[in-house]
Amino acid sequence: MNDLLISLVLILVKLGLILGVVLTMAAYLVLAERKILGRMQLRYGPNRIGPGGMLQPLCDVIKLLTKEDFVPGRADKWIFLFAPGLTALAALLSFAVVPFSPPLALFGREIPMVVCDLNIGLLYIFGLSSLAVYGVVLGGWASNSKYSLLGAMRGLAQLVSYELALGLALVPVVMSAKSFSLNAIVMAQADWPNLLRHPLAFIIFMISITAESKRTPFDMPEAENEIVAGYHTEYSGMRFGLFFVGEYINLVVIGAMTTVFFLGGWHGPFLPPVVWFILKVLFVAFLFIWARGSMPRPRYDQLMHFGWKVLIPLALLNVVVSGAISLAMNS
Amino acid sequence: MANFETMTINMGPQHPSTHGVLQLILELDGEIVRKATPHIGFLHRGVEKLAEHRTYHQVLPLTDRLDYLAPMHNNLGYVLAVEKLLGITDAIPERAQVVRVLLAELTRLKSHLVWLACHALDIGAMTVFIYCFREREHIMNFYEKISGARMTSNYFRVGGLSADLPAGLEQEIREFVNTMPGHINTYEGLLTGNKIWQKRIKDVGVISAEDAIDLGVTGPSLRGSGVDWDLRRDQPYSGYENYDFEVVVEDGCDTWARYIVRLKEMREACKIIHQALDKLKPGPILADAPKIVLPPKQATVNTIEGLIHHFKLISEGFKPEVGEVYVGVENPKGEVGYYLVSDGTPRPYRMKIRPASFINLQALPKMCEGSMIADVVAVIGTLDIVLGEIDR
Repeated sequence: MNDLLISLVLILVKLGLILGVVLTMAAYLVLAERKILGRMQLRYGPNRIGPGGMLQPLCDVIKLLTKEDFVPGRADKWIFLFAPGLTALAALLSFAVVPFSPPLALFGREIPMVVCDLNIGLLYIFGLSSLAVYGVVLGGWASNSKYSLLGAMRGLAQLVSYELALGLALVPVVMSAKSFSLNAIVMAQADWPNLLRHPLAFIIFMISITAESKRTPFDMPEAENEIVAGYHTEYSGMRFGLFFVGEYINLVVIGAMTTVFFLGGWHGPFLPPVVWFILKVLFVAFLFIWARGSMPRPRYDQLMHFGWKVLIPLALLNVVVSGAISLAMNS
Repeated sequence: MANFETMTINMGPQHPSTHGVLQLILELDGEIVRKATPHIGFLHRGVEKLAEHRTYHQVLPLTDRLDYLAPMHNNLGYVLAVEKLLGITDAIPERAQVVRVLLAELTRLKSHLVWLACHALDIGAMTVFIYCFREREHIMNFYEKISGARMTSNYFRVGGLSADLPAGLEQEIREFVNTMPGHINTYEGLLTGNKIWQKRIKDVGVISAEDAIDLGVTGPSLRGSGVDWDLRRDQPYSGYENYDFEVVVEDGCDTWARYIVRLKEMREACKIIHQALDKLKPGPILADAPKIVLPPKQATVNTIEGLIHHFKLISEGFKPEVGEVYVGVENPKGEVGYYLVSDGTPRPYRMKIRPASFINLQALPKMCEGSMIADVVAVIGTLDIVLGEIDR
């Protein structure tokens, strides 16, 4: 009984920690993105509020919370209200299975540094990212606006097709870890990260995850120059904020996934594991921001062609080749 | 076979990439554009009609506001037309001619920078946008030093220039133009070799040479379709025949070809600016035509002739002979022409402007049909339209 209580408390503490850290990180990634992009583009970025603009995210949240929460007259009200939450929720939930440090020994108990070490953690993440599509599609559909609809259709097609390449890119990772558990995948990278073992899988993974997360250069679902703001055209106030923050939570999740699957998770010399983990996540996030500063946007059909005709065959080939190699090495 | 409905969508006039207040009614089949109908007129100010109630001098500031990204060129076309009407084309002093070419080419650079910035931004490359505006800022500063205004310069005058170039500006312009090829290399480094950029603009917005000529397309958009036509060379004005430059022509007929044409034109403009700076010698900046150009301030206050001329020109204006002229100049966006009819009064009886953007816009529906929404944005960018000129 006592044991159960302690476990419960521990899980709640971890949940609280993750929620706090991830949300803060997401808010400050917005600021970091604006500042880094600003530097790349000969601007300063936000620098008025607090020292060096450090309080900008706070003000943004206050602004979003106090804005009118507007529902267009002919929108499907309940779905319209519900969709943004879905996106943010799915992104947050993915964090439950991400291990950010080796198990910690405390008061004679071994505490795993993950909320829930699911043995199908990888599939769980995939399930949730598929669920996140619903936020986009329902939001776009319920808005009853043409631009939103176009954005939603783009989002749907893009996310569904790139999910396939994403899944296939991770098969070699699973093969070398012999497990779907994220913890086991990190453990398997103790000597060298998967980045060196499966470089092609890494490249395919990075491209697909960019498309999956709707980040530039694959931000067609919200390409403001073409379809105004895509699926969230009609949203205002905190509901828009949820879409927005969901995107940046997603960026943290992607950073964590890339770190876990390819960059060796918390493994690293000298520094404590958690620091390594966070550093790697931030590095991946920086790569995405950098890409946004330097790339134009492909056309939607070109993206689909690329996904189906190049990435998926390549990922399949990669599965076969890495499977054959590991088979040969084992025998 | 099911009967699919098309979706009609209003793109603009409030849309991030319609370059102002263009409205496009798009008929969409999924994402494919079946029909694009431009609707214009949101910025109509009636410039042509306004001109009929102003003296020839007073019309000049109106022309700044046509293609507000290349005001010097609009000024130039208008003053050339009035000078031709007055028959003083050959009386323009050498220095004024050279300064006109110099500033016209700086303006071309400025206009093309905005084009590249917006074109790249529309396709999602937002860093290029800000890089281009950094260089444009220099040219705006030159404008400010020359005329006092950063956009609406109103600097050229019938018979010459409103004032001489400020001291030291030549050196500044030369230094800026020396850095320009390096900057253009930077833009190219971000775009030209980028596979996404190439895929986005190659074979997009195709218009054949015949169609382009039939629709009256001019400027870089025409030269991108392989038609070798440039008024600076074929109907030289302001002494363009004395400059050594290449008319850039590409055969691709697509957005990529027009992209290459404009980038090379920017390099050619730098060459012309250098030549103009070399030719620049001290000398008078106004024609010796006291009945047309305003006398210097000294003459106005010290001599009776100066005072009378000043009074007559300000209170009444000059009166060209009865007649009509048409003068076209190679604006950065295409041929801008002024057709002036004089009935012998100090005000034009009629001024008809042939705007480059308005006529180039005619090609848009043809270039968009069957393409995707994303291509519409690329096509608007490549046509390099300015709504101030379209709506007048």
